[in-house]
Amino acid sequence: MTIPTTPLTLVLAILVAPFFGALLSGIDRRITARAQGRMGPPILQPVYDTIKLFRKEPILLNWMQIVYAYLHLLFMVMAFLMLVFGKDSLMFLFVFAFSTLALVLGGMCVRSPYSRIGSQREIMLMVAYEPILILIMIGFYMVNNHSFLLSAPLSAARPMLLSLPLLFVAFLVVLAIKLHKSPFDIATSHHAHQEIVKGITIEYSGPHLAILEVAHFYEMALLFCFIVLFWASPIWIGILLASASFFLMTVVDNAFARLTKMWIFKFMWTSVLLLAMTNVILLYWASK
Amino acid sequence: MTVVPKFNKSPWVVHFNCNSCNGCDIEFLACLTPLYDLERFGILHVGNPKHADVLVVTGSVNHRNARVLKNVYDQMPDPKVVVAMGVCASTGGIFADGYNVLGGVDKVIPVDVFVPGCPARPEAMIDGVLKGAQVLQAKHSGKTPLAEKNVLTRTPTPFAAPAVLEKGASHA
Repeated sequence: MTIPTTPLTLVLAILVAPFFGALLSGIDRRITARAQGRMGPPILQPVYDTIKLFRKEPILLNWMQIVYAYLHLLFMVMAFLMLVFGKDSLMFLFVFAFSTLALVLGGMCVRSPYSRIGSQREIMLMVAYEPILILIMIGFYMVNNHSFLLSAPLSAARPMLLSLPLLFVAFLVVLAIKLHKSPFDIATSHHAHQEIVKGITIEYSGPHLAILEVAHFYEMALLFCFIVLFWASPIWIGILLASASFFLMTVVDNAFARLTKMWIFKFMWTSVLLLAMTNVILLYWASK
Repeated sequence: MTVVPKFNKSPWVVHFNCNSCNGCDIEFLACLTPLYDLERFGILHVGNPKHADVLVVTGSVNHRNARVLKNVYDQMPDPKVVVAMGVCASTGGIFADGYNVLGGVDKVIPVDVFVPGCPARPEAMIDGVLKGAQVLQAKHSGKTPLAEKNVLTRTPTPFAAPAVLEKGASHA
């Protein structure tokens, strides 16, 4: 069972995803506000913000900034579509990584020291989480009868979560990094912040900042769709799982302080990598 | 289908302390706390003029910081609004007679909203920023802010900076 790749579903996926991401972002902001004893903005606030940004005057330092902002969005949409239509998971991983790389290059192509620091931090984060993603794909390959197709879990009899519990926990940590949640929000944050923490987006303004926002909405949609794959049949359990992960991320964001990049690196390459490796080794033994 | 952007629904604020005694700054930061909660109006306190719509200035302008203030203002993308927070930013306040003080913020950049008070109450500050957001909406739709004129809102004063700035540069 896969979602058919017709022009209609393609357009639908491209149109619905950013609204879904914006809505999640709005709910997240509201929950965060309530957790802090505040009223919080309207649920549609991220939509208002993005529309406003599109109508602002663009200020650019060089035209490569535009190229990288659009590449970031383009590759993110491509990765999202590959996930929705169940294409090859390794290709998906590369496209997804290149999207983040475009963001890093966009931050690196200007001479602002804050932007450079933000980009370097994003690179550190990529170094920290990419091995985990690769291990998740290896686990994915092993449980889905040696298939790299992202549509494979939809027709599997046994949910992936039962075979990959530790990899799922590892993915939750990667999710926190990708959603810019504390304690991992060192390169950019989804909250309003000062120069260092907003580093990578600092030289973007107006419509180009909006492009990055929209790309992040796609990224959110992509990450939560990926969680659904962990329990894809029946799909409503997967959706429940994704919702639970979303609330967990909000709680984690509010409960932790921001930590340093070396701490994140050490944590990812010891605890989380160990978790992921253990799961893969156990799977290997079980298959022997 | 045209989407009408709600500029008045998401004014992002950048805060610049010119020469303030910190009273207004602390009051403005108090607006972000749970008691006043600026974010319920969609107001975000960003640290970067390139992301901001509203420039909130506290304190009077002197020769040293006039250039910096102008620079921050120039880095903001249009449409943009300036809110002079507190009596020092509005007129120079008790520092107006100081030998180094140029006066209110409107000596250097066009100001859209003046919020009086020493320091201004958080309620007045929130009101000022929201008035600024209305001016922002008016500026975006091409209307003059004069149309929405009321107690807190004033037309931008003519830009009188060059002479001041040259003077400032020679002192710096």
